Amino acid sequence: MRAVVIGAGIVGAACALALAERGAEVVVVDRVGVAGETSSRCEGNLLVSDKAPGPEADLAIASNARWRPLAERLDDDRRDGRPATEFEAKGGIVVAFAGGGAALERFADAQRATGIRAVGIDAAALAADEPFLSPEVAHAVHYPDDAQVQPSNATQALLAEAMRLGARLVIGEVTGAIGRTGRLAGVRTSAGEIDADAVVNCAGPWSAEVAARLGARLDIRPRRGMILVTAPMPQRVFHKVYDSDYVGAVGSGDAALQTSTVVESTPGGTVLIGSSRERVGFDERPGVAPAAAIAAKAVRLFPFLERTILLRSYVGFRPYAPDHLPVIGPDPDVAGLVHATGHEGAGIGLAPATAELVAHAVLGAPTDLDPTPFLPSRAGLRETA
Amino acid sequence: MIRITVDGEPVQGRDGQTIAGVLVGAGRTAWRTSQTGDRGVFCGIGVCHDCLVTVNGVEGVRACRREAADGDRVEREVRA
Amino acid sequence: MTHVAILGGGPAGLAAAQGALAAGARVSLLDEGDRLGGQFWRHHERLTDPRLQHAWHRFGRLRGALADGDAQVHVGASVWWAEASADGVRLRATVGDADGDGRTGLEVDADAVVVATGAHDLALPVPGWTLPGVTTAGAAQALAKRDGVAVGRRTVVSGSGPFLLPVAHSLALVGSEVVAVHEASRLPALARGWLPRPWELAGKAEEFLEYAGGLMRHRIPYRTGSAVVRVLGTDRVEGVVVAAVDADWRPIPGTEREVACDAVALGHGFTPRLEAALALGCAIDGDHRGRFVVVDDTQRTSVARVFAAGELTGIAGADAALAEGAVAGFLAAGGAFDDPRLRGPVAARSRTRAFARRLERAHGIRPGWTAWLDDDTIVCRCEAVARRAIVERADVPLRAMRLATRAGLGPCQGRTCGRTVEAIVAEAGGAAASVGFDRRPVLAPVRIGEVAALAETDPPT
Repeated sequence: MRAVVIGAGIVGAACALALAERGAEVVVVDRVGVAGETSSRCEGNLLVSDKAPGPEADLAIASNARWRPLAERLDDDRRDGRPATEFEAKGGIVVAFAGGGAALERFADAQRATGIRAVGIDAAALAADEPFLSPEVAHAVHYPDDAQVQPSNATQALLAEAMRLGARLVIGEVTGAIGRTGRLAGVRTSAGEIDADAVVNCAGPWSAEVAARLGARLDIRPRRGMILVTAPMPQRVFHKVYDSDYVGAVGSGDAALQTSTVVESTPGGTVLIGSSRERVGFDERPGVAPAAAIAAKAVRLFPFLERTILLRSYVGFRPYAPDHLPVIGPDPDVAGLVHATGHEGAGIGLAPATAELVAHAVLGAPTDLDPTPFLPSRAGLRETA
Repeated sequence: MIRITVDGEPVQGRDGQTIAGVLVGAGRTAWRTSQTGDRGVFCGIGVCHDCLVTVNGVEGVRACRREAADGDRVEREVRA
Repeated sequence: MTHVAILGGGPAGLAAAQGALAAGARVSLLDEGDRLGGQFWRHHERLTDPRLQHAWHRFGRLRGALADGDAQVHVGASVWWAEASADGVRLRATVGDADGDGRTGLEVDADAVVVATGAHDLALPVPGWTLPGVTTAGAAQALAKRDGVAVGRRTVVSGSGPFLLPVAHSLALVGSEVVAVHEASRLPALARGWLPRPWELAGKAEEFLEYAGGLMRHRIPYRTGSAVVRVLGTDRVEGVVVAAVDADWRPIPGTEREVACDAVALGHGFTPRLEAALALGCAIDGDHRGRFVVVDDTQRTSVARVFAAGELTGIAGADAALAEGAVAGFLAAGGAFDDPRLRGPVAARSRTRAFARRLERAHGIRPGWTAWLDDDTIVCRCEAVARRAIVERADVPLRAMRLATRAGLGPCQGRTCGRTVEAIVAEAGGAAASVGFDRRPVLAPVRIGEVAALAETDPPT
């Protein structure tokens, strides 16, 4: 069994590892190499706190549980300069300003019913947990299972592990299909043809284009996100801290600029401040508006940030489907093609569970995850493809 | 003549000098703790950020670019 | 009336301002320094020894043109954002004490911009170069000129290029003994660069004879084909190892000798400050050995309304910057390229372009320098990233390599190490060169509150 995985981002790398360790011969194809795009331009969130009850929350809970042993294994097995995943089970704290507490508490209640751990914390505990947080914060919920990896490094570690198990990386761009209509037998790339029994489309924001080149229709679009990075400093933020406005915004269909505040420290001493969401195609020039909006909200949450130096900003494109659910499973029209994309801002967290579903789709490997809600054949996706 | 303090110690410089100029003129070569030992001025023109100090409580000031003012409190920054 | 913004108040920017004013434009000039002049005319009224300045009268004339014309001059203006659109150019700056927390915001909208952000020293890493007492040659020069202080009592100058001569001269004048100037290039390369077609060197030859005379007066040896290959000391510089180097700058075994000193000034050429030009969308040409803004004969970049002048377009010194700036400013203001007033600058520019090629031929960095690195020599000073880590990750895309090693992710954002990291990656057979290290969306350090002040609406309460 030979599988071609298109895309060496976190999802492609996780799929390559899942397939390789289940015995498949794996070839990963990427235009630039490992973690060249989205997975090097994001925060590395492994979140359950932002998920409303539903299939994605179930997948996030399952994936969160899979990340822990996976990160440990990757970090234990480092060699030859392979970077550490920087997995940190630091937990998340979602906060609300006056007036927002009831909505946050309702959301947390609904999450608890699905098995997400969400613990209300009082003012004294909050001041001890996050002493630099604005005293205006009125409500807070602690999510002990929220965690973080350095996303680029985690991707590099996953791919290195897959390659240790025999996977190969080909630098090249997929240009077309091999095989007759409706049945893939491999891919043509700028680096030559690769025969395959299965092709896994992990091209993230570019997966609609890749699908089209392989004769399939897939409605995946790019969502632009911006993140700010401060100068390194002594640690003043101890968890992932979110404004609860994050909760409502991820699934919004509004194309205009939206931001929600996420503040956290990194092992390098910088503070990451996210993030914005704009649906503007592949435009890499965001102007100053998203940075200003993110900065204003972050200062409201952590007043010390006002005088902190901004070192850089970066933008990345997140892949999203019109119904804001990941797309994982066999293409309904083209046999031999499996998609694993559309994870929006949650791909790092959802990668291990996604890879398990891909191994199920490609190899028939057993899984206790329910693939149904994410199938490319679902109604919410077919309407617009 | 101006007088500033560096981690509490008085240092004299000439009016108009940068903080780095005052420190180098006073024979100091290092005033920041990096991951690998002490650092002082390196590029001298605001590019390398090796000479960062806290001035009057404000972090992240390039000593080579900031003109020293009489009475400035200069403090060491430590990179963890 | 056309409004021309000028980014940088060194020779190129000042000449651009004069040119734009001459062509009838209104000018806004922004510079992050506390005084006009850039690095070339870095000064302080009370502290600078006039013997350390060159072509000072020219600076006076340029300042005079600004004072007499319709020009807004913003010094202490740190431009942290630049964008160009079909309608014009927008710059955002903070103005006030360097890195202060009480600066005011400044927004400049202009019809055209001349990017004249200049260059900074390129100091190649050497084992021990993070010890206090090691500076760039430019730092030694800046502290001598601007602050009237010497970086050490006994200084070794090492690197390549004619800039090392005025640095040594300045050090001597502010009271440091200069043990020697070590020029890595060997005589044959220097001869190939400097000797042919002497008429192209009008003015340059005299300038260097003047500096050479200064070195002789101060009894400073100028040693070609040699380099500082290691800095010695525990808590600060105590000495250096100097070695002879071959034509590719590879140290020649057996030639090493120790020299006692308390300061080292390193300068192996210059790196253009490209981030503003990149933010404006300008096309860039070249690789880590030399990457510059692409301009045509009118100093136009690939982006409408955006012009570039000076070291951004090639390292050629102040005369080139003055000539290019004059053309760029005049054209940015809507002046015609065939205007008789541009004849002088255009002619000067062709001479200085030839000079730039000579500089590269004589003094350009040769690839053998990496042989003086140890595996654990720190290459990225900010994040203390050693050469070994970079080599181990050389095979992944530049962005992934940076995130894995943290090379270039620290406070200087790769300004100091970018070129050398790229060279080490290239030598290790790694990812192709790219502008990755030069792309810095935040052009200068800015405080989060200063960015937040631009938010269109207050956050909901």
